[in-house]
Amino acid sequence: MIRRFFGRRDEVLFRSATGVFALLVIAGVIAIGVALYRESMLSIREFGFQFWQTDVWDPVAGEFGAKPFIWGTLYSSILALLISTPIALGIAVYVSELCPPALRRTLVFLTELLAAIPSIVYGLWGIFVLVPFVRQIEVATPEWMKVIPLFSGPPLGVGMLSAALILAIMVIPFSSAVAREVLRSVPQAQREGAYALGATRWEAIRMALFYARTGIVGAVMLGFGRALGETMAVTMVIGNNPQVTWSLYAPQYTMAAVLANEFAEASGDLYLHALVEIGLVLFILTLIVNVISRMFIWSMAAQRPRVFRRSALKAAA
Amino acid sequence: MRILSIVCSAVLALSACSGSPPQQSSGMPTGGGAAINGAGATFPQPIYSKWFAEYNKLHPDVRINYQPLGSGAGIRQLLAGTVFFGASDQPMKDDQMAKAPSRVLHLPTVLGAVVPVYNLSGISEELKFTGPLLADIILGKVNKWNDPAVAKLNPAAKLPPTDIAVVHRSEGSGTTFVWADYLAKVSPDFKNTVGVDSSLKWPVGVGGKGNEGVAALVRQTPGALGYIELVWALQNKIAFGAVQNAAGKFVKASVDSVTAAAAGAAANMPADFRVSITNAPGEEAYPIASFTWLLFLENPQDKTQARIMAEFARWALTDGQKYARDLGYAPLPQTVVDMELKALEQIRLQ
Amino acid sequence: MNRNRWRRALSGTILVLCGASVVVALVPLAFILFYVVSQGIASLNVAFFTQLPKPVGEPGGGMANAILGSLVVTGLAAVLAIPIGIMSGIYAAEYTGTRLASSVRFAADTLNGVPSIVIGVFVYTIAVLPLGRFSALAGGIALGIMMIPLIMRTTEELLRLVPSTLREGALALGATRGRAVFTVVVPAALPGILTGILLALARIAGETAPLLFTALNNRFWSTDITQPISTLTVQVFTYATGPYAEWHQQAWAGALVLVTLVLICSLLARIATARMERLQRGS
Repeated sequence: MIRRFFGRRDEVLFRSATGVFALLVIAGVIAIGVALYRESMLSIREFGFQFWQTDVWDPVAGEFGAKPFIWGTLYSSILALLISTPIALGIAVYVSELCPPALRRTLVFLTELLAAIPSIVYGLWGIFVLVPFVRQIEVATPEWMKVIPLFSGPPLGVGMLSAALILAIMVIPFSSAVAREVLRSVPQAQREGAYALGATRWEAIRMALFYARTGIVGAVMLGFGRALGETMAVTMVIGNNPQVTWSLYAPQYTMAAVLANEFAEASGDLYLHALVEIGLVLFILTLIVNVISRMFIWSMAAQRPRVFRRSALKAAA
Repeated sequence: MRILSIVCSAVLALSACSGSPPQQSSGMPTGGGAAINGAGATFPQPIYSKWFAEYNKLHPDVRINYQPLGSGAGIRQLLAGTVFFGASDQPMKDDQMAKAPSRVLHLPTVLGAVVPVYNLSGISEELKFTGPLLADIILGKVNKWNDPAVAKLNPAAKLPPTDIAVVHRSEGSGTTFVWADYLAKVSPDFKNTVGVDSSLKWPVGVGGKGNEGVAALVRQTPGALGYIELVWALQNKIAFGAVQNAAGKFVKASVDSVTAAAAGAAANMPADFRVSITNAPGEEAYPIASFTWLLFLENPQDKTQARIMAEFARWALTDGQKYARDLGYAPLPQTVVDMELKALEQIRLQ
Repeated sequence: MNRNRWRRALSGTILVLCGASVVVALVPLAFILFYVVSQGIASLNVAFFTQLPKPVGEPGGGMANAILGSLVVTGLAAVLAIPIGIMSGIYAAEYTGTRLASSVRFAADTLNGVPSIVIGVFVYTIAVLPLGRFSALAGGIALGIMMIPLIMRTTEELLRLVPSTLREGALALGATRGRAVFTVVVPAALPGILTGILLALARIAGETAPLLFTALNNRFWSTDITQPISTLTVQVFTYATGPYAEWHQQAWAGALVLVTLVLICSLLARIATARMERLQRGS
């Protein structure tokens, strides 16, 4: 009986100790949301929901709209995700399943190196190396391709394509590192079982990926979050022109970039509040993306065997 | 694990040791003294950093720390009280000054110029521009280099049929303000369509971050046209054009032509020094020139810092001016300096 | 027979693609590293590590204050973020089904997507304005907030992947919940958790925007956490956007030092992790 009493109290202690920190994280996020809302009141009152649909960004005339920035952020991040996810997963699979152990540590080290490079170095490299390279590609596009809206526009080098490429490169180490760790934690027994049943290498890997799928989705979402919020590197190669266009060659603008660029100089309260409202829009966007990914994970986890928690502990105590 | 803990304790030990400074670096404080923080425009940062370092050599216990956040940020921090002084390339607006706890003193420190830079590899001659032409290019009305408007001013140059790729500042900046201020004066179209501020709605073009970003973009993009501060153009060795001034002459920006612009304005200097000297009168005046100001509260809370900064300002306006030329800034005309030294007395030091 | 051949061919192709993706990722890395090293190595000398920045026109000078400042601010951030991240990760893993756990997960993912400048502005309003000055502490808080989601999510994901047999075994032996988790489950996932911490450190070590409005910068030597402090990233940014070639060189040297520091950190943790794993496998 005493054992059970102590067991219970310790459980409560453990739960509250860790729970407090969890509450702290939630409180922090709410605080940021509240602060953003309060600091954008003027703009919210002035524009209302039109803010999300207006195409104009005119500090002199006092007309502000977030649509071009929302477009730029989503377009660049989704493109970056499309480019980086296969590569990141490929790296994760290779490193955790396929490569000779001797090579493993070196490869892991090298991918982590990509994460070590500061944002501004990416930006500078982007401007001096990537942009001219992309410009060569743009100049070399055959005429018939230039008619497609995706490839229209003068070959400037800076634009959506450069931004998506640099974001993809920056996101790869994060997604692949988490995916790699997650794959490594798949119990060996699962793999051995698959091989015993006659699976090829790829089929065994596919099984491992399925087993760890929530972790993999988590890894991809982490990468997506990184892409959504990346500021420095993007603003240096995207051209900073607020327009809504499908063209990969056209300069465009993201929410994080405009915030970083114009926040310091914003004169006038409405201007400042409009900028903060863009921050709020980005915040809400991240919330929405989270909800969608959660629904995704939910439907996958529904097929996952439930892990015992409190019921098992109660039985054991 | 052990290695990790050794590293961690090393870091902690390093950060715990309170200020044992490294040997023989210039500007070493001898302990105590004043540490004063300021923030503001990026344009004058080179000369300010030179001044603060030189002043620190003369007065080792005065450590003035300046961070180029941008003119607007400098103003906001000054108003919020997180820094002692601000710096800006554009004078504060009346509604901003109304928010200050006491009146804000604008002290011009040096002069700068904004130049039109371009990238045309086949051209060896210097290009000439007029104000209205620059405005039309920015507005997107003139969009090819071999447009008759450009060719008329530059008959000798073999202008290619390339598109003009306009490069502007992506973030708000005093440089943009000066550029727009000039264009609005010479082109009513520009004034009505775009207007004057440190952040604008640009009709065409791409945005580069900072003077350096614009310089880099112009250098990389054939056919580009952008605007940057003279200091950056000289240091980066980018071709820049001459601009027609109010007297009708085509003047290239230089320390002398900028000083000439200020001399013209000195005659009509208002008492609070908030004046624009773009499109200044005078034969040799460069039309896109501007003062840059240090901003002080007239009745600051910290009187010690106020005394120190007033002393520094006096030094900067007199001895400090000799450093301006080498760095690409134009020194102030003497008449302006005299007016400022008198104005400094307005700062309440007790 | 045909189907088997197809399966094997597919397997082979996929494996080749995986290898190719490694190469694809490493190509830009090689380019960037080459660029940083070639630009920065020229200006790297002893003076760089021991001297303060010199004004324009005087040769030499260095970023000693920035290097120390970066260490200080990163240390502060780690002190804030590691406990919060790990503890909340533990909660989310141990009490997965509860509403609090889902909320924390949601909050962490949201926090991860907030741009660094927004966090900088937020910390400006809560830590700079009330104190009335910029400070290293505010910078540490801003960076710490950015680290939390990465640490929390990786801790949680890895704890969940520890087979429940380990946990149940410990509990069956009579361990309290806390003991079971801290002495059995967490150590089992420790290598992965360390990776998460490392990734978080790597991410914030290169951040500039959140520091601009919190820690500001400082030309002079300072270890006072209630004063502005110089950091490598802000100093590199200031130099890189300046007009002078010598400043650019210093900026590249600074970038090189930054990358190297993060790398060393990475390496050390890798070694520590490998040692731990060997111990675990042995036992």
